[in-house]
This record gives sequence, structure tokens and C-alpha cells, in this order.
Amino acid sequence: MTPSTPTLAKSATSPGSSAVSGAALRAARRRAALNWVAVHALGIAAALFFLLPFVFAFLTSVMTDSQALTTDYWPSSWQWGNYLKVWEAPGFLTWWRNTLIYAGLGTLLTVVSSLPVAYALAKFRFRGRNLALMAVISMMMLPPQVTVIPMYLFWAKQMHLTGTLWPLIIPMAFGDAFSIFLLRQFLMTIPKEYIEAARIDGCGDLRTLLRVVLPMARPAIAAVALFQFFYCWNDYFGPQIYASENHAAWTLSYGLESFKGAHHTNWNLTMAATLLVMAPVIILFFFAQKAFIEGVTLTGVKG
Amino acid sequence: MSLAFDTRRGTGPTDPAAPSTQHLLRRKRRREAARTLAFLSPWLIGFGVFFLYPLISTVYFSFMKYDGFSAPTFNGLKNWDYVFNDYPFFWQGLRNTLWLVVIMVSLRVAFGLGIGLLITKIKSGVGFFRTAFYLPYLAPPVAATVAFAFLLNPGTGPVNHFLGDLGLPQPGWFADPNWSKPALTMLAMWGIGDLMVIFMAALLDVPKEQYEAAELDGAGPFQRFRYVTLPNISPIIMFAVVTGVIQTMQYYTQAIVAGKVAGGIAGNSGQQFEPGYPQGSTWTLPQMVYNLGFQRFDTGSACVVALVLFAIAMAVTSILLRRRSGFMASED
Repeated sequence: MTPSTPTLAKSATSPGSSAVSGAALRAARRRAALNWVAVHALGIAAALFFLLPFVFAFLTSVMTDSQALTTDYWPSSWQWGNYLKVWEAPGFLTWWRNTLIYAGLGTLLTVVSSLPVAYALAKFRFRGRNLALMAVISMMMLPPQVTVIPMYLFWAKQMHLTGTLWPLIIPMAFGDAFSIFLLRQFLMTIPKEYIEAARIDGCGDLRTLLRVVLPMARPAIAAVALFQFFYCWNDYFGPQIYASENHAAWTLSYGLESFKGAHHTNWNLTMAATLLVMAPVIILFFFAQKAFIEGVTLTGVKG
Repeated sequence: MSLAFDTRRGTGPTDPAAPSTQHLLRRKRRREAARTLAFLSPWLIGFGVFFLYPLISTVYFSFMKYDGFSAPTFNGLKNWDYVFNDYPFFWQGLRNTLWLVVIMVSLRVAFGLGIGLLITKIKSGVGFFRTAFYLPYLAPPVAATVAFAFLLNPGTGPVNHFLGDLGLPQPGWFADPNWSKPALTMLAMWGIGDLMVIFMAALLDVPKEQYEAAELDGAGPFQRFRYVTLPNISPIIMFAVVTGVIQTMQYYTQAIVAGKVAGGIAGNSGQQFEPGYPQGSTWTLPQMVYNLGFQRFDTGSACVVALVLFAIAMAVTSILLRRRSGFMASED
């Protein structure tokens, strides 16, 4: 779409050429102040919408069992022991450990396998490159349910690995479409002079990637790693399909739902568990806020 | 897919008197092809094993009668006939998806743009507001859904308590077929952080001079939004809509978890529970693949639904690929 602004021919003279009266100036200032108040009032209203769910979940998580059955907002006494109860609930620590293994190993494998692919797609010239890129984007957009039936049969009947998290971790050693795409978008912005200079200095392709490109791509790699960690941490469908048959392989996302089932009248314990599942990603976010926001911006490619 | 790895065609000298140069060039080309292949190899394997093979296999099974245990037998078009004409949830699930595409996606895009605009206007405490608006996006979907199931539960939930205090009607939310999709929409709008950041970046990219020029021409705030902001960010709006539609095609976790929790059936064995609670109002296509394949052991019909899902997802993706939204931009 082309900007269809009304005739924007430059005005012949600036409008403030004559002396601005004090009254007009005061009116403008008052309008600016009102504007400030309106914007910040809206901001506070929006902040309440975004933050109150956390606040209510927290307030309920420290209520007694009987108070959690009422409609009270505020806890009559603060039952911090609820968090300990959740922590010691059967399975919780196992889910925690499994989630860390899945997210940690999955992230590592994704970054290692996706970076060279993204580099080739961004910087090598070869026939079929656009086709390959289109295939990556198609894979990125593919709902995982499309291929799940044959994949399940493959992991169950050929590999005998269902009931573990390996069917989720192993594929990540073969590149993740979203990570490849995001890294490629970033690597495109690296001027080719750097790469040519490295080549002239006698660097092989792998050395160029590791010594020249990798340090420059650090922000994009951090963003990809964070996204992948969050993806694994949040994944519900994967563990439900491949790991649910074996309690020892459950992850937090999958376990949380069954925790709710087992404590269906105890909203206080369920909210404590919910907040414990949310906490690590939120803490991680505070440490890596910048990388994260940059990454999200990178996905919204320039128009 | 054939990937032939030639490089820079037509640069080689055609002088027959210089065979050594040509020979060198051919060797260089072969080396570059091998290098490209090596760098791409993790993904090439992944593409074959985790995309092409299962896709072809899905097509094959869609014509087979197979329960996962006894050997598959040819079933003709019976699975297709079953899904389209007899599977009770298929059309309802498509209608739900359409509802979500029209209402959830447009509300999310409008709300994301609104929050993005708001954050660019806020002068004091930007850091606080930005973090507050962004935080819910980070909540794991299962945790966010369980939290909303609590907030909106008709018995003890604080939302209905508050509505009651105001003398307003108290809907059943996730337990009422008329309110379950609006409740899911609220949940989706709570996690608006991704769109907020994308719109914020786009809004900050709009050239300042255009606003100044419009102001000089006497354009009010709404005219400035209509004639300066919108044309500048329209590719980003398009991007948000298309990716929103694709995400809706994949809509699974929130819908199935909300149904289970509100239905009081969140438990250990998925076998007794069929998604869609209440009254099928939260069925989506991905849940049908799960239901048919893993609860009813009707592999063939599950593959039919998977292919329908694939066709829709690819149709939407092709819009993204055709539009020059910078997706396919290359350096040369």
C-alpha cells in the first residue's frame, strides 16, 4: 500500500510566524497535560488487566484449604507451607527434572544444528536456495499434529522410545525450522565483506562460521536459544503424545494438568503449582529481557 | 526435492586454450557444492525424516483401515467419508476454528496494535509498563490456562465474584458453551506480548517527518493515524493476521486443557475424556487428530483430519510466501 496522505506539500511559511498569544500557549500546555493523564490512566488500566491474574493466583495460593473454597480475595492467614506441599507432592520433582533435561538438551541441540543451516541459507549461493527457504518456512508453519501419527508409529514401533522424552529431543539435532529462519534473518544483515576478509585470511568455511560469524550473531543465537528453551518448557502436546504413558517421563506442563485433576477442590495448591511452573521462565526473562525482545522484533520482519 | 549446487554460472572463461583454469573452476565448484551440502545436512535429514516421510505416510494411512495393532488393510475412501459425513465433531470443529479466526485473531491484532500504540505514547515508567504488558505472554500455556480456569470458575472465581458485586450477570465461562470461546479469547488477549513488541517496533519506525507534515496540514490525531500510521504499518498488520490465522490452525493446548479442567476431568488417563467440553464448543482440528488417533485408535481417519489441517495451513502459508513481507528477501 502506498501512503495516501492528504496533500503534504510543505506549507509556505511556518504557522508560528506571528507572536503566539499566552492564552494559546496555556491551552496547548493544558491539552498536553490532559493527554499525559489520559495515556497513563489507560496504561494503569491495561497493567491491571495484565497483572491481576498473577496477583489473584498468588493470593489464592497462600490460602488455607477451607478458605480457598470461598470467594474471598484476601488470605486470612498466609499459608506459605502450600508451596512446600506442592514441592513435595509425588512426581513434582521428577517433572521438574525432566523438563530441565528436555529444555536444556533440546535448546543445545537446536542451536548447534540450526546455525550452519541458517548460515548456508543466508550466505551461500546455490541453485534451489529459495526452494529450500520456502521449505523451511512451510515446516515452520506446519501444525505438529499433521505428521504426528506416522511419527508416533515410528518412535513406538521402530525405535521403541515412547514413554521417554527422546522422541522430542532427538529431532532437535536435525535443525528446527523456526530457529533456522530466525538465525537466517539475522545473518543476512552481516555484511559479506567480513566473510570475504576471513576467507582471504585463509579461514575455511567452518572456521569463518565459528570465528567470525558466531561472535557477531551472538544476540540472535541468544534469542533462538531462549525461544527454544521456552518452547520446550511450555510444550504440552509433545509430552502428552510420547511421554504420557510413563509417569517417570512426565514434564511440568503435562504434570500440572494432572496435578489439578488430583487436587480438584484445592485451588490453593493448584495455584501454587501453577506459579511454580511459571516462575522459572519469568525469572529467566528478567535476566535476558533484551535478547528476548530483540528476538521477537526479528520475527516481525521489516515490511 | 532436488538441490543442485551450482555457483555463479557463466563466469568461467570459454577459452579452450586455458583448460587448467576451467579445471580449477570446476574443482572449486564441486568443493562449494560439497560445502553447501555439508552445512545443510542436518536440516536435509530432518526434512526427509520428520517432514517428507511422515507426510507421505499420512497420505498412505488415510486410505487404510488401521487400529495401530493389527496389519493395515486398504479401505478406499471410507475414512474420508467417515470424517466428512459421520464423525460427529468435524464440522463443529471447523465452525469453532472459523469463529476463532474471525473473532480471536482480529481482536488480538486490534488489541496488540492498541497496546503497542499505548506503550509508544507512555512517557513515565515505560520500563514498568512494557514489562507488565509483556509478562503474561511468557506464562506457559498450560499454567496460564489453569490460572484462567481458576479466575473464571463460576463457583469461587474472583472475576464472577467481582461481577456479582457490581450486580452484573455471572457467565459460566469455560463451563458454558456460549462463553467458552470468549473465555479462550480473553486468555489469548492476555498473552498479547509478542504482538505488542512487533507493533511497537513498527510504530517507532514510522518516519517522524510524515507526522509533522500531516500536522502542519491540520490533520487531527485520528487523521494522522488513518493516513500516516496505518499505511506505514500495514505490512506488519498483514503479518500479524496471517501468523495469527496459522496459530489458530494449531490451536490445541489451551482448548484441550480448559476443557479438561473446567469439565473436572483433568486426570491421569486421557482415554475416558473426549475434548471439546462443554458440548463440543472448544473442538479444533488438532484435537481431532489426537482424539481419532490416540483415543479412538482410528489411525486412518486421524490422517484424513491431519491432511485437511495440512491443506489449510499450507494455503494460509502461501499467502505469507507470496506477499513480499520481507520474508523471502535475499541480499542479491
